[in-house]
Amino acid sequence: MSVVTSGFDRRRFLKTSLAGATGLIVGFYLPGRRELFASEGATAAVNAFIHISPDDRITILVNKSEMGQGVATSLPMLAAEELECDWQKVNFEFAPAALVYFDPFFHMQGTGGSTSIRSSWTTVRNAGASAREMLIAAAAQKWSVDPSECHAEDGVVVHPGSKRRATYGSLAEAASKQQPPANVKLKDASQFKLIGKPIKRLDTPEKVNGKATFGIDSRRPGMLHAVVLRCPVFGGKVGSFDATKAKAVPGVKHVVQISTGIAVVADNTWNAMQGRRALEVNWDEGPNANISTDSIFQTFANALEKPGVVATKRGDAAGNYDSAAQKIDAEYRAPYEAHATMEPMNCTADVRPDGADLWVPTQFQTPAQATAAKIAGVKPEQVNVHTTFLGGGFGRRGWSDYVIDACETSKAVGAPVQVTWSREDDMQHDYYRPASLVRFSAGLDANGKIVSYTARAACDSISNWFFPGSVKNGMDSSSVDGLAVPYDISNMLVDYQLVSGPIPQGFWRSVGCSQNGFFAECFIDELAAAAKKDPYEFRRDNLTNDKAKRDLGVLNLVAEKAEWSKPLPKGHYKGIAVVEAFNTYVAEVAEISLDKDNNVKVHRVVVAVDLGQPVNPEIIKQQVTGGVVYGLSQTLKGEITIDKGRVVQGNFDTFEVLRMNEMPKVEVHIVPSTETPTGMGEPSVPPIAPAVFNAVFAATGKRVRKMPLRPEDLA
Amino acid sequence: MATSFTVNGKAHTVDVDPNMPLLWVIRDTLNMTGTKFGCGMALCGACTVHINGMAIRSCITPISSVSGKEVTTIEGLSANSDHPVQRAWREVDVPQCGYCQSGQIMSASAMLAKNPHPTDEEIDAAMAGNICRCGTYQQIREAIHRAIELHGKAAAPRSAELEPAAENVAVGGAE
Repeated sequence: MSVVTSGFDRRRFLKTSLAGATGLIVGFYLPGRRELFASEGATAAVNAFIHISPDDRITILVNKSEMGQGVATSLPMLAAEELECDWQKVNFEFAPAALVYFDPFFHMQGTGGSTSIRSSWTTVRNAGASAREMLIAAAAQKWSVDPSECHAEDGVVVHPGSKRRATYGSLAEAASKQQPPANVKLKDASQFKLIGKPIKRLDTPEKVNGKATFGIDSRRPGMLHAVVLRCPVFGGKVGSFDATKAKAVPGVKHVVQISTGIAVVADNTWNAMQGRRALEVNWDEGPNANISTDSIFQTFANALEKPGVVATKRGDAAGNYDSAAQKIDAEYRAPYEAHATMEPMNCTADVRPDGADLWVPTQFQTPAQATAAKIAGVKPEQVNVHTTFLGGGFGRRGWSDYVIDACETSKAVGAPVQVTWSREDDMQHDYYRPASLVRFSAGLDANGKIVSYTARAACDSISNWFFPGSVKNGMDSSSVDGLAVPYDISNMLVDYQLVSGPIPQGFWRSVGCSQNGFFAECFIDELAAAAKKDPYEFRRDNLTNDKAKRDLGVLNLVAEKAEWSKPLPKGHYKGIAVVEAFNTYVAEVAEISLDKDNNVKVHRVVVAVDLGQPVNPEIIKQQVTGGVVYGLSQTLKGEITIDKGRVVQGNFDTFEVLRMNEMPKVEVHIVPSTETPTGMGEPSVPPIAPAVFNAVFAATGKRVRKMPLRPEDLA
Repeated sequence: MATSFTVNGKAHTVDVDPNMPLLWVIRDTLNMTGTKFGCGMALCGACTVHINGMAIRSCITPISSVSGKEVTTIEGLSANSDHPVQRAWREVDVPQCGYCQSGQIMSASAMLAKNPHPTDEEIDAAMAGNICRCGTYQQIREAIHRAIELHGKAAAPRSAELEPAAENVAVGGAE
């Protein structure tokens, strides 16, 4: 299935994405603190990001999707910092889909690639500063004084000369008619009052009393509920079907074929599910009904027999390998992974002849809007995208497949329709983290110095799935992201074999680094062992180049905080890893033990992160801890396998994820910095798998070179 | 077939398929959306509610089995979001995406009603049926300890909030 890509600049998106902002990505109005916050009187839009009501309440429009990463708090902090207002009066709403809210990196409206803070750092602070200047200008005009004689503080414009004061609420209407200033000066870090403070999340109150509205909670007058039956085999389609029994299920109103399968529409979700169960379908399974995980990995192995497209080349890796004192070779693999967001995919659509409304938990508003417009046969601007809270995203909600379901079904039945995916739908029709095979070869000299490093990767391309046919030269940089390690290596080759297949591929929290960080940092550990060096000291001693300063910084910090050189309790072992993802640097130390059946228990994880200027340290710690949990699930728990062209797993019994009783103690240390901030939604995922695998090596002397780690791998 | 029961103290009679799970009656028939659908198989805990004070997975609980019983959902846990567990959740800022948190809070509140001073192992055991993909487990542990403190400090009338509403309070009673 392809996504509709009209309506935004695909070439610019790709250019940006392939240049390093890969990852992704992902709407409209939602009520929050909001029920407590019903404004009295008309709210004035001072600009697209800042609305102020006459009673001084300030609403920051958030143009990013809140999927847990804290943007509904951190973006308002950026705006409020420059606006000079009373934080207690600040609230948020999700922005509609509109050009003014496009991401400067993606050239569309969307959230992903750990870019929200990075891309908003200038735009949203500018919006706050610009609004402040417009409020000052409005006050100065009212008082017939020069704006330079006035200043703003805590939501009030002050003219010290005459001791006059006016609240933002009283000035907002006039301020909205002022010309926005051409240039504004942003604060220096030393002047920050909000940025850098552990401010409570604005969305917590409504998330502890059931009032937060997720996509699946959307309720519209006359709304029907639908589920869609899809061909279990990738690339298959409906041959024929008989809806007689399905239509006989009480509550079932319609059975309609849509491009993604057969939609059963009923008065409630349960009846729709019962109707779906009663459908009789003959599938045209297509050409993929015999593929399996093994056959896919065989295609990767075959591809690696030939040279790939060069991603990184310096010096002479082959020649220096041949002449090395010690040669080390290893092959690693990673499985497909499902996102398994807690809120299954869903979308509520009202498609009418004159336009459409979507209530959708999407990471990508612009493609969702374009998709709905194409189906409705209207212009994108005739589609209102209401972004709800997202019950997890992790990259999955960058796609618009569930938008297609809801729009086609609503159009077919002429009513608002909510399409809900079951957990099995969600797990078996995901866009999976690519399965990948990587072969390494490296040479060490007699002193244990790395004189040659080669990493050769084979996997499918996410970019090609997101924009079919978009990868022209065989190189999707996200497929190799993380393989060109930062260590002092003069002779390096990283190449890539793009192996296209029928399994849908997608952005999965930390994208290419989710598997390549594992591969590379385990292999570096192998080199340390071959050189007979301590794993931390080997890394430290090979991170002396100028580009590796921040890698080295977090490595040293984590070693210090984890007390790397001190012995652990008997039976406990530790492993270390450092990975940069999306320009954020993360090092982790994992402390583990093994029981008699070789089950791994992770006791403690110490993390050091350098993400430039921290905006909200508490949210950063939440994200770091959450990323460790997400990473531990792929390290020790679930994987997606393919048999007969379909996904074997279906629910949390067969695709296990980390649970409370397996949660280690996680300690987070943030490097103080005033560098331009980067993101924290993803970058703590990659280092945990190698840190754990390296600790398992320390415990057992065994190198396991595939995720997830199973007890039988250590038998 | 009509089934009568109460939700958050209010009487309801619904005429639906007797096999229809309580989850879908709450969400789609009564339009109370605080209780979440996550797996449909009692594997993730997102749908946890209390029936006569016991935590159960509403996604596999047929409505026919709820006849005459008292259901409490997240919306009815407290009048003003001031149950000690909710207060603790706010103090610790537990939720990230928040989707699983109704279920987490209903499981934690049922556990504490039965066992006001759980050990860490007891907390882990009681909460292991509730999945959080954002990974808020560490914050949940902290918040449960905080809820225990808040309950200890609460004035006498409030202590009733943590009293078991019935014998044999159990988490995951429907599994």
